Amino acid sequence: MNQHDVLVVGTGLAGLSAAVRLAQSGARVRVLAKGVGATHLSGGTIDVLGYTPERVERPGEALAALPSGHPYARVGAARVAAALDWFKTQFSGGYTYTGSLEENLLLPTAIGVPKPTALAPVTMAGGDLRSVTEVMAVGFRGLKDFHPALLADGLSRTLPSVTARATELHLPVERRVEFNALGLARAFDQRDFRRTVITELTSRLRPGEVVAFPAALGIASPHDVWSELEHGLGRPVFEVPTLPPSVPGMRVFAVLRDALRRAGGSLLLNNVVVGAERSNGRVSSLRVRVGLREERHGADWIVIATGGFASGGLALDSDWTARETALGLPVAGVPEPGARRFEPQYFAAHPIARAGVAVDDRLRPVGADGFENVLVVGATLAGAEPWKEKSGDGLSLSTGHMAAELVLAESGATKEAIA
Amino acid sequence: MSDDVLGTLLMRDSLDHCVKCTICETFCPVANVTPLFPGPKYAGPQSERFRVADEASPDSSLDYCSGCGICTQVCPQGVHIAEINTQARAKLREKTGHKLRDRMIARPTLTGKLGTPAAPVANWTLSNPAFRLLVEKTMDIHRSAPLPTFAGRTFQRWARKHTSPASERRVAFFHGCGTNYYEPRLGEMTVELLEHNGIKVEVPKQDCCGLPLQSNGMFKDARGYAHRLAERLAPFAREGVDIVGTSTSCTLMLKREALEILEMGDDEALLAVSSRVYDICEYLLMLHARGELKTDFAAVEETVTYHAPCQQQGHGIGKPALDLMALIPGLNVVESTASCCGIAGTYGLKREKYDIAMKVGAGLFAEIAEATPDRVVCDSETCRWQIEHATGVRSVHPVEMLHRASGLSSPW
Repeated sequence: MNQHDVLVVGTGLAGLSAAVRLAQSGARVRVLAKGVGATHLSGGTIDVLGYTPERVERPGEALAALPSGHPYARVGAARVAAALDWFKTQFSGGYTYTGSLEENLLLPTAIGVPKPTALAPVTMAGGDLRSVTEVMAVGFRGLKDFHPALLADGLSRTLPSVTARATELHLPVERRVEFNALGLARAFDQRDFRRTVITELTSRLRPGEVVAFPAALGIASPHDVWSELEHGLGRPVFEVPTLPPSVPGMRVFAVLRDALRRAGGSLLLNNVVVGAERSNGRVSSLRVRVGLREERHGADWIVIATGGFASGGLALDSDWTARETALGLPVAGVPEPGARRFEPQYFAAHPIARAGVAVDDRLRPVGADGFENVLVVGATLAGAEPWKEKSGDGLSLSTGHMAAELVLAESGATKEAIA
Repeated sequence: MSDDVLGTLLMRDSLDHCVKCTICETFCPVANVTPLFPGPKYAGPQSERFRVADEASPDSSLDYCSGCGICTQVCPQGVHIAEINTQARAKLREKTGHKLRDRMIARPTLTGKLGTPAAPVANWTLSNPAFRLLVEKTMDIHRSAPLPTFAGRTFQRWARKHTSPASERRVAFFHGCGTNYYEPRLGEMTVELLEHNGIKVEVPKQDCCGLPLQSNGMFKDARGYAHRLAERLAPFAREGVDIVGTSTSCTLMLKREALEILEMGDDEALLAVSSRVYDICEYLLMLHARGELKTDFAAVEETVTYHAPCQQQGHGIGKPALDLMALIPGLNVVESTASCCGIAGTYGLKREKYDIAMKVGAGLFAEIAEATPDRVVCDSETCRWQIEHATGVRSVHPVEMLHRASGLSSPW
């Protein structure tokens, strides 16, 4: 059996944030994951708190006012701010993040609805609808996941202050069965393609218009692509998130994965945690299914970042028993059998939506003994409704970062006590 | 083996877990360089719904899947994408028939037996551009493809004459065809390294594991090879003796792929072997974790680039070679961040796929060119041959580094 200081289970934003922060502080960290996490599906912004249910302008103030059952109440605004600052420092070479807890940016989605978010890459920040007035939405023929007319129409409808119109470029992109955002990003990595885009667009733009592109301005060096377009078109240019695969989400994954490797941490995929060995109130090792085998991985600390129902971190059986799938931790907030579980309206507040693992102020699971060295983070947590609140990225980043800080503080304290 | 584990053999059931998230598509090294392969999601879970049982797919783009297995590794929902696609590819081939080329390159034992006695002639012929052009025209094996060089002797022959010192700790060595016919010195070094660590090494008579036949869609023949090999190795497994292999793709075949892809879950010998077989670096690192590996390594003042092959990553064991090489003083290891070298066993040898394979590996080759290492370290023989072909940098198995650092061979 191998031994690490910390085993992190899950490789989404929460797990990677915890793992990278720990590894950068010298801890021996291993990440175990079934597969690649949800970063590839996220828009690449860090949404901390967008709705409560009113639209939030100042997320720092709003999250301090959340009820005590909300996971942000465990974290607190100061720790969220620290996590955002840390996240920003992971990005360099021009492709950096901007924004803060002070006030939300208001960025357009692909259907032209404004979305409040705390942090965005510089390639998106120019789309802040609080200051933009005239927009040209640019699409690419054959790209099935981004429709400029839909974006322009949505913007004009939802924001009286914005005038938007659309255009579509018919450019020769390598013929593929599926032409998606990643394919377009690879095309943008080619200088000739960028030059053609600039040439084709220049005559179509009016003075004063800013340009919205699908979030596919390069995968190799997005900052260079974005700068070249801004320079070549002589006006602000910004990216708007697309359907998956999300290129900005892939950039986040790549940055954190590389940071983990540089800090000496390891990432093992196709490793599914199916249980634990416990002694003295702690988990001593994880039982991990790898292919057809079961292996043991030992560690002093365990961070559970396996996600919610959609990611398989939580499971709900047909008899309405819910379980946390890695360690079998109790799940709070599941309606009693026979009680109403869903509301008829899609966008209603569903009773099941806030189910998850409840934790104390040290992110330890509540209602379960024998897990003193287990911290639970991210979408596995009870009490939030991220897709309605627009809080998922912020929760994952801040609880992952907080778990790392707690482990560092507590293991440091233990070492001092032993010394 | 528990019922739960056997349940994963029902791979096709995993299709239902596909949520079309496209994560596999973003990681597919082949789809990333050619539109000829539409990507693992499209060719896999999406198309599988239209493939009628016992009928071949009408969509032949699946033929361009290299079988590297990265899609299965990255899938967050546990869909056995690569395995399903390998099965579907085999069905396609059943319908279209197998090329003579595929029948040849899928039988390394046959080519090995033919080429070994005539090694000087065979090697000269295979390096002759005119002959290779002829082979390309007649056999569709690309004229520049990295064919290995016959050693002119076999590892089995050496092993038969070699007596391993008695010890309570024993392993059985599954050396694979690459070691037997092309790199017998690697087999000798493995035996010497294990013996140096107080382990008696048994080398049972053995043949191909059937992996190249499986990759090329000849499942019936592949099952025959896998079963015969399992019968040779199973007595050790049943005795509680671990089986170690230096060919990482072939150990994966015995561990998992033959059970899953060839659906050999009722083969008792294979099940016994599957539970006892280890990649050599995985095994050596286990020894180290138990404090049983001699780590008084001599310094090796070199810079090497380490590339973990796709099939090695398919083991789900991380990169034990990196942990082992970290124990060697003076050795500067640059970890490659590229995913695939392109060769994927026999894929990159084929005339119509050679250019794709070279494009797939371009990222790795560029990393190596930039790092200017003294050598490349890589766990898979076909990957080493591809890397040497593309970069001109000598490529070795991690065992060779450990052998050297253990003072068992003289400096390079």
